Formats: sequence, structure tokens, C-alpha cells
Amino acid sequence: MSGTGIGARVLRKEDFRFITGKGQYTDDVNRYGQAHAVFLRSPHAHAEIRSIKLDAARAMPGVVDIFTGDDLAADKIGGLICGWMIHSKDGSPMKAGAHPALAQGKVRYVGDHVAVVIAETQAQARDAIEKIEVDYKVLSPVVAMADAVKKGAPVIHDVASDNTVYNWSLGDEAGTQAAFAKAAHVTKLDIVNNRLVPNPMEPRAAVGDYDSGTGGFTLYTTSQNPHVARLVLSAFIGIAPEHKLRVIAPDVGGGFGSKIFIYAEETVCVWAAKKVGRPVKWVADRTEAFLSDAHGRDHVTHAEMALDASGKILGLRVKTQANLGAYLSTFSSCVPTYLYAPLLSGQYDIPAIYVEVDGIYTNTAPVDAYRGAGRPEATFVIERMVEVAARELKQDPAAFRRKNFVRSFPHQTPVIMCYDAGDYDAAMTKALEMSDYKNIGARKAASAKKGLLRGIGFSAYIEACGIAPSAAVGSLGAGVGLWESAEVRVNPVGTVEILTGSHSHGQGHETTFAQLVSERLGIPIDNVAIVHGDTDKVQMGMGTYGSRSGAVGMSAISKALDKIEAKAKKVAGFVLEASPDDIEFKDGKFSVRGTDKEIDFGSVALQAYIAHKFNGQELEPGLKESAFWDPTNFTFPAGVHICELEIDPATGVTRIDRWTAVDDFGNVINPMIVEGQVHGGIAQGVGQALLEGAVYDASGQLVTASYMDYSMPRAGDLPSYDVGMTQTACPSNPLGIKGCGEAGAIAAPPAVMNAITDAIGHEGIAMPATPLAVWRAVQKTAPRAAAE
Amino acid sequence: MYPFNYHRPSSLADAVKLAGGDEAKIMAGGMTLLPTMKQRLAAPSDLVDLNALGLSGIAVAGGKVTIGAMTRHADVAGSAELKKAIPALAEMAGMIGDPMVRHRGTIGGSVANDDPAADYPSACLALGATIVTNTREIAADDFFVGLFETALQPGEIITKIIFPVPDKANYQKFRNPASRYAIVGVFVAKFAAGVRVAVTGAGSGGVFRQFDFEEALSKDFSVKAIEGIKQSADGLNSDIHADADYRAHLIGVMARRAVEAAK
Amino acid sequence: MASVTLTVNGKSVTRDVDPRTLLVEFLREQLRMTGTHVGCDTTQCGCCTVHVNGEAMKSCTLLAVAVNGATITTIEGLAKGEDLHPMQAAFREHHGLQCGFCTPGMIMSAVDMVRRKGTDLDDKTIREELEGNICRCTGYHNIVKAIHYGAEAMGKAGTAAE
Repeated sequence: MSGTGIGARVLRKEDFRFITGKGQYTDDVNRYGQAHAVFLRSPHAHAEIRSIKLDAARAMPGVVDIFTGDDLAADKIGGLICGWMIHSKDGSPMKAGAHPALAQGKVRYVGDHVAVVIAETQAQARDAIEKIEVDYKVLSPVVAMADAVKKGAPVIHDVASDNTVYNWSLGDEAGTQAAFAKAAHVTKLDIVNNRLVPNPMEPRAAVGDYDSGTGGFTLYTTSQNPHVARLVLSAFIGIAPEHKLRVIAPDVGGGFGSKIFIYAEETVCVWAAKKVGRPVKWVADRTEAFLSDAHGRDHVTHAEMALDASGKILGLRVKTQANLGAYLSTFSSCVPTYLYAPLLSGQYDIPAIYVEVDGIYTNTAPVDAYRGAGRPEATFVIERMVEVAARELKQDPAAFRRKNFVRSFPHQTPVIMCYDAGDYDAAMTKALEMSDYKNIGARKAASAKKGLLRGIGFSAYIEACGIAPSAAVGSLGAGVGLWESAEVRVNPVGTVEILTGSHSHGQGHETTFAQLVSERLGIPIDNVAIVHGDTDKVQMGMGTYGSRSGAVGMSAISKALDKIEAKAKKVAGFVLEASPDDIEFKDGKFSVRGTDKEIDFGSVALQAYIAHKFNGQELEPGLKESAFWDPTNFTFPAGVHICELEIDPATGVTRIDRWTAVDDFGNVINPMIVEGQVHGGIAQGVGQALLEGAVYDASGQLVTASYMDYSMPRAGDLPSYDVGMTQTACPSNPLGIKGCGEAGAIAAPPAVMNAITDAIGHEGIAMPATPLAVWRAVQKTAPRAAAE
Repeated sequence: MYPFNYHRPSSLADAVKLAGGDEAKIMAGGMTLLPTMKQRLAAPSDLVDLNALGLSGIAVAGGKVTIGAMTRHADVAGSAELKKAIPALAEMAGMIGDPMVRHRGTIGGSVANDDPAADYPSACLALGATIVTNTREIAADDFFVGLFETALQPGEIITKIIFPVPDKANYQKFRNPASRYAIVGVFVAKFAAGVRVAVTGAGSGGVFRQFDFEEALSKDFSVKAIEGIKQSADGLNSDIHADADYRAHLIGVMARRAVEAAK
Repeated sequence: MASVTLTVNGKSVTRDVDPRTLLVEFLREQLRMTGTHVGCDTTQCGCCTVHVNGEAMKSCTLLAVAVNGATITTIEGLAKGEDLHPMQAAFREHHGLQCGFCTPGMIMSAVDMVRRKGTDLDDKTIREELEGNICRCTGYHNIVKAIHYGAEAMGKAGTAAE
């Protein structure tokens, strides 16, 4: 195969339109006659709505119409849903409060949707919004989880009188207790996983359109999974049946999880398009994004690890409170449960694990999946725990990890997961070499000479990707199957269109998916087009998140290509007058085994459509196949990241000096794109560790509601990354792919915090380790060094 | 933004007339004003754009640097003459915002706005600059009154700022990791007559002079001279990025680094 | 309403607009040139960067009326037909973009960086000069690389002086 197949560093096919300004994002879509929607958002974290007066606003110039929750209710438009049922340990179902797209009677966080003004221009809609008079009865808010679960705390949803969504558990409590009973040493740690705001650079947007001639709705929206959006909007919210609702997610400017969910704004836009008889467009500004995009993380955890005298881990006990915000977002319930606890075994052979997770309502924005979703939180717990345990036992952190690594596969953990393949030692060995670990002592001494504190931190992460076997997740409460679909359409001239349910919003599917097809069919990559993001074109799909597009989406394509090959062999058999069993397909050519008779792929395609060489009873004309791939297991990317940094004790400023990443993603389609995913993930993980944190004040106002206060990682905050790979093929899918999209974000935070705590000599610092936090922490143990 | 009437006067006299209106606002670079208006936190009836007035340029003569009010930060940062005369001032201008903001933002706009975390006020104060308006000359010591508050009268327009050339000076900025404004910025300037130290970003009343440092440095311009002097946290800002104690500490660190780097 | 005349990518355009129209709105809504993006409200993300009279500026913080008469270059004006500007080509060659949303601003900033800092740019300079551009996808590693090689290519192609 030429340089465009599997494993080649093929430049991205999609780039031309992006670098020339020709990308088509949702805000670039303008429908004839469109009006503009602006949402009135609650200024209060918790309040009853006594009344809403609209007359003055209606009289404002350009106003087309104004709607409130009553209008949605009158049209029997359902509320937003949470699609994963979690049961508490007592067997009771999670307590899901109603989540109307526009508030009905009560608002529950600052930014909650109260009303929508639709006007000729966005400016006019904004002008009118200010004229709406809402009479609020302000209620006491609960902002911190600790306050939410106090007796007598204000109740956010009547269905959850203790503001608790569920008290969930996983693992063997008694067995874990027994492990602790025989421990020679117990390591304990209190851990906070800070709340993050995803911040894709493209703010969310939606354009709703209604065709009164056909009764069909069209929604253009910034979605990672347009088919899921259609399913929810149709089956649960009740906009229209699926065949009357087309959802298009055109170019999408990053998602990181936050564009998985079905939000109030797109619901209202598509519904309102029919109400006002015009297309309705909404585009978030950045502050709206901060207020109303689903946030990520926000855990408070106490963890304990039981160890024997040699440093072998005997057991792990974890108790976590997870902040779910004011409403349950689309997949929020599964993030701190099934995407979290099953990863707490890390790369280690831990005989007993017991985890309890309480999901808590607070008067804050909903919290849901953000890059890694549960797995970064789990990795942070286990990787901080092993680092601290190694320190307490005075063992080298790398050696300590090696001692506890899982070494044979498949490996069944005590928390659901069965790791199918990996070689954790190999990644550690390579990372130690690349990072020049053996000379860290000299580098620390050199830094000390300059008055700087140097630290090194490890993170041997594992994640579960390729989400996920449908029946398995179904048994755990998922409301959907998590397969993927593909359709391969071969045109008569031999060019190919791939229709996929995966969605690309930066991942480069138009290139990697085409590489697979180019390799398999032996055709130039330019002859392959990837079609995605339109429910009218692609029949069904589950979208892109959880590093699933390679492992699941491409597996579906691979399966459909198998069918194409089989059918094409039959066509070639007729053309070459041989049995299909004697036809070989290689490098784009069909040949009769043992002869020099051959025909290329394009000619077979043409023959399939001309259909002169066979009759319809023998073989159907055409060359088009589809497939659904339902994974047989999760995939388990793993690796070792090493962060080395310097702290200026005088200012608390941390500078990352070196970053070593060694990842095992199984087979790799395009190393250039995979490395790019790793880079981006690390940057988000470093952002979490050093810079980012959503802060609400006691009244529930979001203090960090713009880039003036929320620190986004900039180029100058980050190092270059030294990225290497090891490889164990994934046995659970036909391509041997594990997935790479979240690895960096999962690996990075504990690597940074292990390095910082190494540098400062104690564990008393939480993320984000801002200069202020580091300066304070340095002072706690080293007053002399800090005085400068 | 709320609607407004836009004016682009071509003479200072017209600008002054227009700017005198009750609800009028003056726009120089607009780098602070426009974001404020976009967030609907300002609602001028009339916007008076100074960009057609000229008022830009840098001149060095007689131990003084004169910078026109509409001179962009990028031009201040890049001026070869200024780099020779007061390198610290050029360097400081190069630390404002980002390259795109520096192409548009102006010295006059920054000084007139007197953002408590802006850089220029500290330079003006430490260098003992004279702020020249359409009606008078105001010493920097009298100009910066409080948060976003200056001695400017309604309708009064800064035309230029005159900086005495010091023997040595330096500006050290500790950036807010999000906004990149100064959490603490310390401008140190050494003149034959003494040393002036101005602190921006930290004070709850805006930019201020650190007289203890000035006194010590005037006697002995060395890091050692101020090592033992503690900056009080009283009256300093506290926010999620830096509390008052931290700011107090940083003022000392930045001042020492400025003394060390002064040239 | 105010009449605004601009030369955008070599073409003179005149529109009557509300004075509160930002340059980015003028480009996106009046001219339907949607390559220039809006990613924040506080003049920080840099997605809206264009060249005004040859200098990079944030078009979200400029009134269209205030730059009346100016020459504007947007991302749509960099390539000559199918021939990419060296900086565009470098972003593609070095995988300096993922979702593409910040990319137009990044490229416009990078071209301006070369104008100001020359064609031999080290990593430290590039990272400092990217102060005003935020990317959430790439972790900047490949953007820095792309700008380094893009600058070099501009030097060779003689586009740096343009």
C-alpha cells in the first residue's frame, strides 16, 4: 500500500477548508428569514418564580415572540432527560428532578433558562430581554456539597429531600475490610477533583427550521452526536417523530464532552421555529457558555489503601461525593459511577476494592462528561494514592508501581473491568528512558542551586474506552446501546462514500477513516469521502465521545468493508468467469488464484452497477453495504506520563520543564493525529492541575464566568511534549485499536500534582495548583526557602 | 451593546465639545471600553472616537520623553528612541495585553481609564510623569485618584504624557493567569533626586507609591536595601487568584527583581 | 446608520450599518465571510484576528465605523486561489489544527508575528507571541512547530515582507 494506508502520517483531508476560512460551523449557517433567540437566564442560584411579565418586552422593536415554560408545557414539550439509570445500594432508583427546557415555577442555578425572546436581530432580542419583569422569591442556595447534604438544607428538587441523587456502591465491602485488617500500612488521602468548564473554542449554537409544507423540522446544532440528539428530541422531548426531524451537526469547533448533551437552547430553537414560522438562530456568547455548558469533574474523595510490608497493594477503599449540579444532564449519572469506580484498580493488581459514591444536587450548573469523564477522576485518585504510598514506604515511585502492575491478561479486576491486553512494564521502561529518570537527582540539585524546587511526578494511567458493549451497559442502566453504524457506498466509478455515525469535531475522521478504506480497498485516499453529522444522510449512530470513534466507529466501517469485499468478489467472479472462492483481493485488484486474470476495484464497481455479467437472481446489482458494530469489551489504553517541573518558591510559579508520554493505544491508524490528540489531552490535564477551576461564591454566582477569571492554558503556560508509544494490539475489535482521545487529559493531572508534591515535600495542595496555592503550600513546610 | 451615536471629530476642539455631553464617552483604542459596552456595562449616548485627531508619536528631548496620547502600545514598545531613553517603559508597553491589543490600545486610553490592574499608571507614577490635557498639565501624583478615577474633568482629553528620563528603571509584572492583567506590577525608577516606586494591580484604591521602598532605595539602590522591609497587606486586593497577603509578598519580590534588573 | 467602506481582501465594499456593528459582525453578517470567528466576549481568545492596515487586531473589539476606510485582510484573503499562503500550508503540514475554530485567528496572528519578529522564530518567542490566541484542541505543540516552519517558509518565499 502507498503512504496513505493504516499507520501512515497522512496530512488531514479536512484541513484545507479550515485553514482557508471555509469551514461551516453552526454559526456560519444562515437560513432565509431567520430570527434570533436570546435567553433570559436566572440571576439567582435558587428562586421561585412568582410571575413573569412580558408586556413591556413584547412592545420592544423587532420582537417576534417571547416564550416561557408555560408555552412549552402547553405544547406538551417534555423536559430534558438523563439517559442512564443508576440505582442506589438499597436498590432504589436515582432521584431525577424534572428538567424543563424553560423554567416552570423555579430556577435552580445562575444561568437557568427563564424565557426566550425571538427578535429580528440578536441586538433587539437582547434589548427586549432586559424589559422582561420576573418576580422572584429568592431561596437560600446550596452551593457546596457539604452544605447540600446537611440536615435541613434547602431542597433543590422535591423528589430528593436530602439533595442526594443516589448513594451508589461498587465492589466487595467485606472483602475490602478484610484486606485492611491484615494491612501492614494504610495510606490515606483526601482528594478534591476541581470543577472544570470544558470551553471548546466554538460556543454552542443552534438554528431551528420548520417546513410547514412537509411538516419537517431541521436543527443545525453543535453536537458530537446528532442522532442521539434526534432520538432524545423526538422520543423523549416530543418535538416531532424521528422521520420528521433532521438534525445536522456541521463542522463543530471542539466538544470535549460538552456537546454530547441535549440542552435547553437547541430544544427551544427547533420548537420555536414552528411557533414563529421562521428559522430561529441562537449562538452562545462565552459567558453563557460558562454559565450553561455542562461542567466537568467536581469530586470530593477520601481514599484509603491497604498495603503489606513489602509494598504490595492489598485493598482500596474510596468514598466520593460527586457534584451533579442543579439538574441531571444527559449522561451525568453514569460519569461518577460506571465511568469512575471501575477504573480505580488502575494498572495494578488489587485484590479488593470497595467504592461508595454519592451523587449530590447543588445550585450550580449541571455537571456531566468532560474529556475523560470519570476516568480522570479515578486515575487521579489511584495515581495520587500509589505515589503517596510509595513515599510513605520510602520506595521509588516507579519501582513501587512495577511491583504492583497487572502482568497477565486477561485480568479481571474486582470492579467490573476485564483488561484484555497491555504491557505496563514496557511503557514504564520506555518512559523512564525517555525522561532520563536516572539523572533526576542531578537536575534537582542544579535547580536548587538556582533557588528553584524541582519535582518529578508519575502517572501510570489506564482508561476504559471503545464505549461500549450494548448489553453490558444496558445491564448497568444505560438507556441506549453503544454500538456504531457504518455504510459503505461504492460509486460506479469506484470512488467511495463512507457514512458513519461517528462525528468529527477535531479528531480528523475524514482522514483516518479514509486511510482505512484506502488500505482495505486499494484505492487512492482522495477517492474516499467521509459523510457524517446529518441524520438524513446517515441512518443512525451514537456519535463521538469516550475515545470510541476508532475502536467502535472504524470497526463498523471495517465490518461493512468485509461485506463490500465479499460482494465484490462475487461480481469479480462473474466478470472473470471464476468461482468467488477462487478470487483473491489484494492491493485493489481482484485476481483468479493461480492465473493472471485480474480486474481492478473500480472496474468491479462499474460491473456491479452495469450488471451485465450476472442476472438479478444470481446477484443483486450495486455495491453498497452497511454494518453495525457492537463492541465485545471496553478497550484499555494505558501508559505512563512523567512530568518534571520547577517551582519558584518566591512567587509560587510552576514551570513545566519536561513532559514524557508513553502510551499504548493498540494499533494506530495515523500517528500524527494520535500524537495531536495526546498533546491536546495533556494540555487540558495540565490546565486542570495548574490553572483551571470553576468557582462559585456562597450565593451561587459563578465567579469564573469569562476568560478574565477562568484561566485557559495558553501557549506560554505549556511545554513541548515528548511523546512515545508502545503497542499491544487490542483483541476486542477487528482493527486492534484502543483509542487515544482522552489519554492526555486522564494522565496529566496526577503527573503534575505528583511532581509538585515531590518538589514541595508534602501532600497539602489541591488542584488547581495556582501560583497562590503553590506559594502557600511552599510556606507550610519551607518558610526559609520561601522568604527569598 | 446599547445603541449610541458615533462621532469621529477631526479637531481636538470638536472632540472636547462632543465629549462634554452628559452621557458621552471618549474612545481611544477601545480595548477596555468596547468589551465593557459589549457586556452592556456601559451605555454611552454618544461615543467620541479620537482616532482622527493624530495625537500620536514619541519624541525624546531635553531629558524628557513625550508620548502622544493616541500612540499605540506596540509603537511605544517598538520605539528605538524610547528603548534608548527609558527602556523600562518600552518593555512595559510590550507586556500589555497581547500583540493584537497592543496594535490598537493607546497610552492615553490606558491612563485615562486608570484600571487598577493596568500597567501604565505605575509607569506614570514611578517616573513622575506629567499628563497633559487640552486644558492643563497634571502631575501623575495628582492624576490617579482611585479605582477607574482620575483628576480628569468631564470632556477633558489627554493629549500627551511627558516622562522624565530616569537614571535607571525597570518594571516587573506578575500576571493574572486568566486575564493577564497585573496581579502585582512594580515600576521602580531611580533619579538623581531619589527613587520612586509605584505599584499597580495590588491596591484596593488603584495604583500607589511604596514610600518605604523609595526611602530605602534612595539611600541605597540595592536589593539588600529593601529585603527587610515588609509590605503591609492592609488595603490590598483579595480575589480568587491572589489574596492580600500574597500580593503584599509579591510586591516585595517584584520590587527586588525590578531593582536587580533596572537599567 | 453609518456608511462604512472597507477594502477587504483587495475588494472595496460599502455598507450602511448600525454604529454598534463590530468589525467581526460586519465581516460575518454583512459580507458573509464566516472564516473569522468569535470565541469569547473579552478580547482574549483571538479567534477573530484579522489584519487592519497590515497589523493584526481583534475584530471583535473594533467598531466597523471606527476603521472606516481601512484595508482589511481576513483568513479568506491569504491564499491565492488554490495556492496556500506558506503559513496556511505549514499549519496543515505540521498538524497545527484540530477542530479548526481558532485556526483562522492563529494563522492571521502567526503571519503578523513574522512581520514583527522575522522569519527565524524560536519556540519561546512563538509561545510568548501567542499570548492573545487560545486553542483548546492542540496543546499548542504543533501550532508552535507550524509557526516555526511557516515563518521559515515565508522567508524563503519572500512573503514575509508583504
